[in-house]
Amino acid sequence: MHLDSNTKDALLNQLKQIVAANYLLTSKEDLTPYECDGLSAYQRLPVAVVLPDTIEQVQKIVQACSQLKVPIVARGAGTGLSGGALPHEGGIILGLSRFNKILSIDTNNLTSVVQPGVRNLAITEAARPHGLYYAPDPSSQIACSIGGNVAENAGGVHCLKYGLTVQNIQQIKIVTIDGTLLTLGSETFDTPGYDLLALMTGSEGMLGIIVEIVVKLLPKPHAVKVLMASFDKVEDAGNAVADIIAEGIIPAGLEMMDKPAIHAAEAFAKANYPLDAAAILLCELDGDEDQLEEQVIVVEKTLKHAKASKIVIATSAEDQAKLWAGRKSAFPAVGRLSPDYYCMDGTIPRKQIAYVLQKISELSEHYDLRVANVFHAGDGNLHPLILYDANIEGELKTAERFGADILELCVKVGGSITGEHGVGHEKIDQMCVQFSPAELTQFFAVKSAFDPDSLLNPGKAIPTLHRCAELGAMHVHNGELPHPEIPRF
Amino acid sequence: MKTEFSPTFLNTPDGKLANEILRTCVHCGFCNATCPTYQLLGDENDGPRGRIYLIKQVLEDKPVTQATRTHLDRCLTCRNCETTCPSGVEYGKLIDIGRKVVEEKTTRGFKENLTRKALLNLLPYQSRFTPAIKLGQVFKPFLPKILAKKIPKKINAGKYPSNTHSRKMIILEGCVQPALSPDINAATARVLDRLGISLTRPKNAGCCGAVNQHLSDEEKALNFVKQNIDAWWEHIQNGAEAIIITASGCGAMVKDYAHLLRDDKDYADKAKKVTELCKDISEVISKEDLTPLQTQTQQRQTKNISWHPPCTLQHGQKINGVVEKILTDKGYNLLPVNDSHLCCGSAGTYSILQAKISQQLQANKIKNLTKHQPEMIVTGNIGCQTHLQEVSDVPVVHWIHLLDN
Ligand SMILES: Cc1cc2nc3c(=O)[nH]c(=O)nc-3n(C[C@H](O)[C@H](O)[C@H](O)COP(=O)(O)OP(=O)(O)OC[C@H]3O[C@@H](n4cnc5c(N)ncnc54)[C@H](O)[C@@H]3O)c2cc1C
Ligand code: SF4
Ligand code: SF4
Ligand code: SF4
Repeated sequence: MHLDSNTKDALLNQLKQIVAANYLLTSKEDLTPYECDGLSAYQRLPVAVVLPDTIEQVQKIVQACSQLKVPIVARGAGTGLSGGALPHEGGIILGLSRFNKILSIDTNNLTSVVQPGVRNLAITEAARPHGLYYAPDPSSQIACSIGGNVAENAGGVHCLKYGLTVQNIQQIKIVTIDGTLLTLGSETFDTPGYDLLALMTGSEGMLGIIVEIVVKLLPKPHAVKVLMASFDKVEDAGNAVADIIAEGIIPAGLEMMDKPAIHAAEAFAKANYPLDAAAILLCELDGDEDQLEEQVIVVEKTLKHAKASKIVIATSAEDQAKLWAGRKSAFPAVGRLSPDYYCMDGTIPRKQIAYVLQKISELSEHYDLRVANVFHAGDGNLHPLILYDANIEGELKTAERFGADILELCVKVGGSITGEHGVGHEKIDQMCVQFSPAELTQFFAVKSAFDPDSLLNPGKAIPTLHRCAELGAMHVHNGELPHPEIPRF
Repeated sequence: MKTEFSPTFLNTPDGKLANEILRTCVHCGFCNATCPTYQLLGDENDGPRGRIYLIKQVLEDKPVTQATRTHLDRCLTCRNCETTCPSGVEYGKLIDIGRKVVEEKTTRGFKENLTRKALLNLLPYQSRFTPAIKLGQVFKPFLPKILAKKIPKKINAGKYPSNTHSRKMIILEGCVQPALSPDINAATARVLDRLGISLTRPKNAGCCGAVNQHLSDEEKALNFVKQNIDAWWEHIQNGAEAIIITASGCGAMVKDYAHLLRDDKDYADKAKKVTELCKDISEVISKEDLTPLQTQTQQRQTKNISWHPPCTLQHGQKINGVVEKILTDKGYNLLPVNDSHLCCGSAGTYSILQAKISQQLQANKIKNLTKHQPEMIVTGNIGCQTHLQEVSDVPVVHWIHLLDN
């Protein structure tokens, strides 16, 4: 679906009037670095990249594309791991990276108004002097944009207790496909009418362009402790996770890494991880001093009972930051072990962790590809990293098959195919496994209410029924999914 | 990341190294977050991940024009991206290779070439640069403003100690520092004298080679490198404990000698030794017992200072917290400085070749450094020092002066 040359000329002529020459990229050389996002296995060249820095410019760009029926793919920091910002061959990339200003911090109402290109971590850094922070902290927080977080409903270490992006934003401004600027949500907690803010969250750039966000800030907790438990068996670590939650404790973060991940992360972060452990659990507890003491005792006991071989408690902010730095850099640090990795993102019920890990290691043997496991254990969000070498003919395909097996396994045990990285381009086929035709039809109805010509990030996130049928991937009988009792997404 | 190099290129030392580096990059984009030019320009092409991608295209023999070259030119080589990268991508080495190939494959305009040649023919030669600066100091009132700003006030070096101690170290004089701030090495010599160390200043040593290296003139750069190794070698054999560098820019370069000459059969071993012995002055001072310095310290006036860690120190040589500790132990109060991981915009010849970006970074840096009203700004590289002094109301000095009193 390439753009015909008349439309292309007309488009570029209009875009030239809107942004300065150096913010409209059209040469093949300049476009190539935009051909992929954080999932570099898939590439496509867009027709142009536009980098506006005012809302008016965004409105005009969207109007021009809408009028000429040119697809638009929004792009924040391009750290997405499901190809959400993968360009469309006949469309433009609308880059929001220059919208990088924090507009205000309201210490009375505990909110901050930010532009969509602001880095997630930059919000917390700006709020810190006021004793505040922004809770959702994806591991990519140093780089990913808040606009991209809203579009993916991103989660992170602290989401177990404090919720995903959707629970931590109050209002957004979007530009709709006809160029209108809309405000969704409100300054107060509840809004009459449909919750369109929640609908936009996680919509992967398919319903509108997010141009401003009011995020909620939280006061820093009084006291924090981070426990690191080592295990000799991965399964024991998996069971420990379920045990802790079963004690009625909701840690601020509960994360797990297996041996390969520990080694890679340690090489970068020098966090003093135990290199001989088969797996570690990182458990952050926060709250009032007294309450915290009690929790620490309970968790320590539970961990020991679950066969933890060693437990270390980090009390200083510095040591805690180190422990988390290792975890947060774990994906790219795995680049030290293998030239390429394929990062999976499925969720499973916590009690299935040990079983699923066992199965993954069997699959690893079957496909003869190594796996490093890093994940948000507390909410059952797995991130197996399949290690492969893209320079070896066919290995990417094998990795993809391996990945698809893992996701189907997730659905089979009652989980879902994405925890937080979105569906994008990558997992579109697995959507056929996850949803019934009736559900997919409703998704399309929502899409066309916002975007009748399907110009906003077309071809992502929701497969057409036709596609699913062709794939024959409908492992769904009579519109019934395995484990219909489990709520999805 | 996947690479598709031609087998011929893959068999060259550069090809092999570039391939290894590129394949370590997993395209996560973390590095963009701390890249000064990405922060200012917001274009993937002007961040490390994009530049890595551009270099990959070039090395895969895809067509290359000045579009790519412009984005590589805009890179400060500050190596902030290396510090940030969890996967250990050696960006600094990759960009050197990328620039070299791009330079071969594209041509520059007449005026641009002239400026680059002029810099290459002036800066690295102390015998040319020092008289030029002296002339400049005399004629400053008549020079265009952009140049006049760059010429510092005349500075007196002060006395070199005449004692000889049994402990000896070599010091690199460098090329531009003796003209711009001859007092730095003199102060270093006095401080080390009090610690019982004599400094040797070998005659035939000159520029570290960084200017040429970063302007893709590797051949000349290697000439300088070998000349220095030759000049230092007899002193090394006579037991010099270290080669001290007081400009972190030069230090980062000398620490790279082993890498640059790794395939040179005459120089590889010597270069390795030199790199081992090369020490930033902070590394030397931090290992010594500083009591002899304390005795002479009287009531000081300066207390509140802002420290600017040069990129070549914190990202290039990965030395962090060392100078900070020395100065804090000495009783100075280091004020908090936002974004201290960012480059000041000096970056060798960058301030001349990319004036606009350089000035933006300079303005941001000085704003952050002066936020809490320091009495003085201290740093550890002559480039940063003169660049910041251009726009600073308070003195900008090398930190070693704070021990020389
Ligand atoms: C190493 C690594 C670790 C990661 N860890 C986590 C993690 O712990 N948790 C997690 O949730 N994710 C994680 N991610 C995935 C990724 O960082 C998140 O999905 C993030 O929210 C993407 O933000 P971005 O700015 O990079 O968006 P992009 O990748 O640029 O875009 C992502 C999607 O959002 C759309 N989009 C972007 N901006 C806008 C906008 N302003 N308006 C409308 N649509 C928009 C795009 O079209 C695309 O569909 C990780 C990624 C990496 C590389
Ligand atoms: S941080 Fe490292 S691995 Fe990630 S994109 Fe940058 S250079 Fe590549
Ligand atoms: S060296 Fe500095 S300017 Fe160049 S890409 Fe890395 S961080 Fe950016
Ligand atoms: S760093 Fe610069 S000033 Fe110092 S010797 Fe090298 S080229 Fe000369």
